[in-house]
Formats: sequence, C-alpha cells, structure tokens
Amino acid sequence: MTQRTNYFLLSIFIFVAITFSAPSYALLEIEITQGVESALPIAITPVAGDAPVAATLIGSVVHADLYRSGFFSIVDKQYYPQDADAKQVEYERWRNNGIEALLKMEVTAIGEDQFKVDFELFDLVRKKRALGHSINSNKKILRKVAHKISDVVFESLTGIKGAFSTRIAYISELEKKKDNKKYILQIADADGFNPRTVYASPKQLMSPAWSPDGRRLAYVSFENERSEIFVQDLTSGDRSKISSAPGINSAPAWSPDGSYLALTLSSGGNPDIFIMEVSSRKLRKLTNHHGIDTEPAWSPKGRFVYFTSNRSGSPQIYQVPFGGGTPKRLTFEGNYNAAPSVSADGKNISLVHNSGQGYRIGILDLQRNNFRLLTDGSLDEGPSFAPNGSMIIYATHHNNSTVLSAVSADGRVRQRLRLQEGKVREPAWSPFR
Amino acid sequence: MMKHYLSLILVVSVFVVASGCSSNKTKEEGAMIDDIEDGAPIDLAKEEGASMGLEDEGAVILDPLDDPASELFVRTIYFDYDSADIREDSLETVREHGKYLSGNPERLVRLEGHADERGTREYNLALGESRAKSVQEILVLEGAQEAQIELVSFGEERPAVDGTDESALQLNRRVEIVY
Repeated sequence: MTQRTNYFLLSIFIFVAITFSAPSYALLEIEITQGVESALPIAITPVAGDAPVAATLIGSVVHADLYRSGFFSIVDKQYYPQDADAKQVEYERWRNNGIEALLKMEVTAIGEDQFKVDFELFDLVRKKRALGHSINSNKKILRKVAHKISDVVFESLTGIKGAFSTRIAYISELEKKKDNKKYILQIADADGFNPRTVYASPKQLMSPAWSPDGRRLAYVSFENERSEIFVQDLTSGDRSKISSAPGINSAPAWSPDGSYLALTLSSGGNPDIFIMEVSSRKLRKLTNHHGIDTEPAWSPKGRFVYFTSNRSGSPQIYQVPFGGGTPKRLTFEGNYNAAPSVSADGKNISLVHNSGQGYRIGILDLQRNNFRLLTDGSLDEGPSFAPNGSMIIYATHHNNSTVLSAVSADGRVRQRLRLQEGKVREPAWSPFR
Repeated sequence: MMKHYLSLILVVSVFVVASGCSSNKTKEEGAMIDDIEDGAPIDLAKEEGASMGLEDEGAVILDPLDDPASELFVRTIYFDYDSADIREDSLETVREHGKYLSGNPERLVRLEGHADERGTREYNLALGESRAKSVQEILVLEGAQEAQIELVSFGEERPAVDGTDESALQLNRRVEIVY
C-alpha cells in the first residue's frame, strides 16, 4: 500500500469518526496536496479503556490535530508490530518499520459523564518514555482535553508550542430568506468546532482582530451605514465604538503589547495607516501617501508595521518602522500582494498573491527573501498565522460558497473546515491563552 | 400579512365613509374590527384622517433627474478591474450630474463606492472609496459644492449581483449616485 492511499484512508477515518461522534457543528475534511516524506511517522494506537464513545472522540480529535499540522504522518496499523498492545513497549520492534513515536491513550469511565484520560508518548528513536499524564475530564470538555494532548505531544516532538487549544474568530454571512442577510462575528475552536456568537448584525461586519491577551476583539461594523471600528470584550460582551472619523475606519490590528491599535483611516483624504493609543485614543499618522495604504500588521516585537499599498501602481506589501519613516517595499513578484499576516517569530509573512492564476495564499520568507505559494484556489483570501507559526487559516471558495481552510506553513497539508451554515470568511487565529 | 393589513384598512376606510360621520358608531365598529385583527391594532382616527385627504400630500415635482432620456437618469457608474479611473463612456453622465448639482445647490447626493469580490476585503474597501472620490472630483469640477456630496465605501460587502463570472463582477465594480 502506498503512502498516499494510507492518507486517503486516514482522511476517511477522520471524516467518519467526526461525522458520527457527538453533536457536531463542523465537518472536517483533510486533503493531501503533496507527499509528506519528511513528516515524522507517529503511531497512535486505538484508544483503550471502557468508554468507547469518549475514546473514539478523543482518538479522532488527536489524530486530526496532529495530522493537519503537516508535521506528522500517522502510521497505518498494518505496520504495527504484532504485540502492539503489550504494556511494555518493545522499542526495537516498533522502530523496525521506521516509526519514530508512539502515542498510547486510555479512557476510563469514573462516574456519570466523568472520565479519566491517560496518555503516554514514547520516543522510539531515543528508546524512552517521553511523557505521560492522567487527566480527569467530563463529557463537556473531552474535545478540550484531546486538543491539550495534541499540544503536549506536538511540543514534545517538534520543540514548537502546540496551538490546537487556541481559537479562531471569523465572519459568517447567513441568508435565511432572500434579501434578508445576517452577519455574525463568531469564535470557534481552532478546528472549527464549538462555534459561539460574539456579535450578530443585519449589516456587514469585517476584519476581526484579537487583542494579544485574547480577551477582546476589534472589528469593523457597518451598522450605521458606514465603516466604523468597535472593540468588544469577550467575557462581558461590552462593546464600544473606538473610531468613526469621516471616511473609512477599518483594518484594526493590535500591537503585540496591546497598548496600540494600527488602523486605516481616510479622514485625511485618502486611506493611510494610523496608530491609535488604546487608553487615550490619541492618533498618530504613520503613513502618508495619496494612494491606498491599508491592512496593517505588526512585527512580533512591535518595531515594524507591515501594510498593503498601491503606491507603485498595484497592491504590494511594505514595511515601515513603528516610529515612522520611509516605507520599504517587500514584494516584487506578481501584480497583487496584499493582506499581510506575520508569523510569531517574525520570519515569515503570509499574504494574498496573484500573478494571473488567481488569488492565492503565499508565504514570504523575509530573511531569505524567498516567496512560495501555498494554495491553488481562485479566490483565496484573509490569511492568518497560527500563534505558533505552524499553520495558516484562510477563506476559500468551495461549491458556490466560502469556507475556511487551514494549510500547514510548508504547504503540504490542507484542511477544510466546513461550518454547516452560510458563507464563512475573514478568519483570525487567536493568540495563545 | 401586509396585504391583509392594507385590505383591512381599506375596508375600515370604506366603512367609515359609507356610514357618514356618526363618530360614536364608527368607534364601536372600529373596536370590533380591531378585535378581529388580534394583536395588530389600527389607529382608526388616523386612518380616517388620511382617507379624507386632510394630510399634506405634497406637490408633484417634475425633476430632470426623473427624465428617462436624460444622462441624469443614469445613477450607476462602472469601473475597470482595480481601477478608480472614470471611463470615457461614463464621463458625460458624471458631468451632467455635476452640472445638475451646481444648478441645484439645495440638492444633496451620496456617492456609494463598491468593488467586486476579487482581492482582499480591506483593499476593496479603500478601492470603493477611491472610485467614489473620482466621481466626486468631476462633480466638483462641474461646479458642485463639496458640502453637497457625501462619500461612503462598502468595498465588496454589498454586491449588486451574486456570481463570479465577469458580467457579474463588472456590475459590482461601481459607484452609485444616490440623491
């Protein structure tokens, strides 16, 4: 059996497991776009114990998390050694088939809707137990527990902090009756499950942006028939209008320390980037050009602001120091580069790129000055980096609608999050909690 | 529901007219009908006033804006992809609107800029404004006052038509002139 077929079967498994488990709001589909030869082969043995429904849920969530990250290939059980269930792990026999890591999980019922979830990770290369934990869980938080397991396993094997327990914010457009649309700002788990409404409006909503503490969202609302910027506290639900200058008020982006918002205002006659001090709402003009300057994004330490400008004639990405100065152009390939999202280490920028083939998500390596395309859609937009830089979530057209997809930062694995209702767009990946 | 409501008003109005001006009786009958409608009360007195033509209906004004043969009847200006330049074939239309505003300084206009769905949403919000601004410039050149003109951009958020083919995209790259 080829690798490719393995993955095909795996994706069917994940699809089936998630479709038939628990009340689910999202369908998760994973497609392989390129070989995953360099991915780390991990065996995830069937979850043991006396709680089969909970075990299936935990197993499928961890499977899906690790797989869609692009860092792992999940080894088919036909390659397991014969005594795969043995308590004592025989490292040599596992290693014989090139497997490098082994994850064992067990779910035990300890009361009504109460479970004990045990897991152990074995490093088969170094021939040692890498880690193990026992977690008490109730039925409600089983998915959360599974994401936590994925985080710990991911970090142990890659050295990168896992981001499976984080959230995404996005805009949904529902049209229940013709000409009666509803726009909803929602947040969900990073895999698209467990969606909750933050704000619903009969008028358009745009551009959600997380505060660095993950407690507030800034976004654009057309509730007063023009673009205005609001900030909403996720716990209390309190919202306040923070910008309604004449012209455009849009594209909010929090500075890494949360004390500033970069935004786009056209009150000066054309769209420029402004820096607003959040506490005083004082404004400072950061860019000044008669063309379009918009879509600001911060470097991780807040020293630079990246933005889109058409000052050269077509939209391209520029960089300007936080204190102001002459913007430096960063993109030269293609006639459309826009909507920058910066990786947590500041080394990469994901963006929307077009050189005649369609609008696609690409990644610009700032150190090597090297550009790569990650997707092959016709109208992909809204890229947002996971807080650990391992994946990028974006919106793509699919079957006459708009859905969210996630692509591993190396472009090898793509996953479609299909929420049940409406058109979904403008995903924003939350910071770590 | 609305239709039902309107026909009910009509019935009430006809009844009121037919039964003369015996206000006592009218009120009683009105209350009865009110009960039947269940939860959608009718302000009978107001309807009565309206049916007797007591409110000012305003005069009929013939405005050049309403001449279907006039350039002023054209209220949507279309644009090329990623461009805010007024096309040659739209120039005359925009100029006529400018002249009209110049000659009618009491008239106000809102220019609503839009973009098609291609490209990023924030860039398109800016592009929609650039398009509205291009129209504004010509209006002002023709003598309109800036105070008469309000600009707003909806970017790609409010398409005129759904669809992804070029004909749909073209219809969405527009500025709507709203008097």
